[in-house]
Amino acid sequence: MNNIFVYCELKDDGKVADVSLELCSKARHLADRINVEVEAVVIGNKLKGVELELFKHGVNNVFCLEDQRLAFYQTLPHFSVMTKLIEREKPYSVLFGATPVGRDLAPRVASYLRCGLTADCTALDIDENGNLMQIRPAFGGNIIATILCPDVRPQMATVREGVMKQEIFERQAHTTVTNLSAAEFLEPADFVVNIIERKLEEKRIDIKGAPIIVSGGYGMGSKENFKLLHELAGLLGGEVGATRAAVDAGFCEPERQVGQTGVTVRPKVYIACGISGAVQHRSGMEQSALIISINTDPHAPLNSIADYVITGDAVDVVTKMIKYCKSNNKK
Amino acid sequence: MKEFQIVVLAKQVPDTKNVGKDAMNADGTINRAALPAIFNPDDMKALEMALECRDIIKKENKVDVKVTVITMGPPRASEIIRESMFRGADGGIVISDKRFAGSDTLATSYALAMAIKKLGHYDLVFTGRQAIDGDTAQVGPQTAEKLEVPQITYADEIIAATTDSIRLKRVLQNGVEIVESKLPVLVTVHGNAQNCRSRHAHLVISRKNDEIPMWTADDINPDFERLGMKGSPTKVKNIENVVLAKKESISIKSDDEGIRGLVEDLTAAHIF
Repeated sequence: MNNIFVYCELKDDGKVADVSLELCSKARHLADRINVEVEAVVIGNKLKGVELELFKHGVNNVFCLEDQRLAFYQTLPHFSVMTKLIEREKPYSVLFGATPVGRDLAPRVASYLRCGLTADCTALDIDENGNLMQIRPAFGGNIIATILCPDVRPQMATVREGVMKQEIFERQAHTTVTNLSAAEFLEPADFVVNIIERKLEEKRIDIKGAPIIVSGGYGMGSKENFKLLHELAGLLGGEVGATRAAVDAGFCEPERQVGQTGVTVRPKVYIACGISGAVQHRSGMEQSALIISINTDPHAPLNSIADYVITGDAVDVVTKMIKYCKSNNKK
Repeated sequence: MKEFQIVVLAKQVPDTKNVGKDAMNADGTINRAALPAIFNPDDMKALEMALECRDIIKKENKVDVKVTVITMGPPRASEIIRESMFRGADGGIVISDKRFAGSDTLATSYALAMAIKKLGHYDLVFTGRQAIDGDTAQVGPQTAEKLEVPQITYADEIIAATTDSIRLKRVLQNGVEIVESKLPVLVTVHGNAQNCRSRHAHLVISRKNDEIPMWTADDINPDFERLGMKGSPTKVKNIENVVLAKKESISIKSDDEGIRGLVEDLTAAHIF
C-alpha cells in the first residue's frame, strides 16, 4: 500500500533501460521523504537476475512476471499486468519512462484506473500536503507547468530520459522478489495484436526537434574538440549542430549543418561555440528562444543576436560548462 | 452495401512551432493573437492514413467506406472539419460544450470515446500521435482503452488493410516493427508518415457550404461527472514562463565563476 512503483522497461539485450534505473533512483529519494518503499515491476521473458541491478538503485521489492510470449513489448499484456497489480497493491504513485513504450502504456493504464497522468515530466517533488508535484514543459516548451493530482491515487507520471540521475545506493534492509503468475495476470485476448517483423536500425541524425542545440563553428579547431560539444549536448538532452565551415572541414556529419543550406532550427537554447555568425548561418537559428554565443572575438556578428555573450576560447568554456552541468546534475 | 466506418480524431491547435519571441506578452502570458489556429500536424497525417485506408478497402468493392472526422473544441474548430472535407473526408462532427472546458486527457478521451460510440458502428480510428500544444500523446491510447479496442501507436505506413484486419509499420525508438491487428483498432500516426493530400478544387466548391453537425455534451449521453474539470484528476498548480524576452546581451565572464553562475541560473530557470 502507498508505495512508489516504477515500471521498468527492458532493452533488447534484456537489461533494464537507463531511464528506468534513473526513475528507481529518483523514487528512492521520494520514498524516503514519505517513508514508503520503492517497488519495481518487470515484465518480460528472461528475467533471471534482473533484481540485482534494481536493488543497487534503491528498490525494495521487484515484481517479476516472466512468460515466453513477452519477448517484445506489446501494449495489451503489459496493460493487463499493470492494471491488475495496481488495483491489488494500491501504490501512491507509478512512474514510467517517457519513452515510446512508456508513452504507449501509461496513458492506457491511467485511463482504465481513471487516475491522473502527467506526460514528460522533467522534475518530480512532494509538496507540503504529500502530493506528488509533477513538473513539465508545455506549450511547445514556452511554459513550465506544475501539475498535481490531489484527489486520486495513484499519481502517475512519465519522465524524460536523462533528466533524473542514476544513483547507486546501499542495498535496502528489506529486499524481496515477488513473482507474478502469468495465468493470473494474462489472458489470451491480450495477444490479439501480432508482431510480424522487427527491424532495428542505427539512429538517424535529426537535430530539428532537439530542445537544446550545442553548435560548433570552424573556431572549434578540430574533430577532436567537437567531442566536447557532443558531451555537453548529451548532458543537456540536446543535439550537436555545426556551421557549413565546420562540416566542410570534416568536424562532423553534414546532417548537423544549421543554416541556409542546412536545416533551420528553433530550439529552446542554442549554444554557439566558436561561430562568428555569417548571415547564412544566422538565418537557420536566429529564431531560437535563447542564444548563447561563445567566441574569442567580442565583436563577432553573432553576439548581436545573442542573449548571453561569453568572450573566451570555446574549448575552454565548453569544458567548464560540462564540469558545472555534471556537478549540477548531482544535486 | 455494408458500411465500413473510419473515424479520424483531430484537434485544432495554436501554432506553437512557428512563432518567434513575440509569442509571449511582457507579463509572461501567452500572446494568442500571435498564434494562428492550425490543424494539428500529426492529425493531418492521420487523416491521410485514413483516406489511404479508404482507397485500399474500396478496391475490395465489398463495402461502402466512409471517413468521418471528429474534433472537440470551440465552434470554430469546424474549420478543420471543413479542411478535412476539402481533402477528401466524407464528413465530420464538432463536439463543443462549455461543460467540456478544463478537460485533461482523461476527460477528453472520455468525451471522444462517447462521441465515437454515438456514431454507432466503427471499424478503425486514426489519430495523430500527439498535439503540438500539449505534446502528451495520451488521448489516443486513452480513447482506445475507453472503447476497449487494441491500440497501435506511432504508425507511419499502412502495409495492408482489409475489412477484417490491418497491418501497419510502426516507428520504434531504434527501428521499426510491423504489426497486425483485427478490427476494430485505434491507430496513432507518427510525424514521419506521409503528408496529407492537397485540397481538391471540386471538393472545395461542392462542400464549402455543407453544414457541419455540432454535438453538445447531451448528444453523447455521458456521465456528466466524467466531463470537463470534474472529470479531470490532474490540476495545474502553477505556470511559469520560460521564454526570455529579447533584451540586451548579457556578458558572462569566461572564468569558472562566470560559467558556474550561468549554468546554475539556467538550471534554476528550467532551461537546462
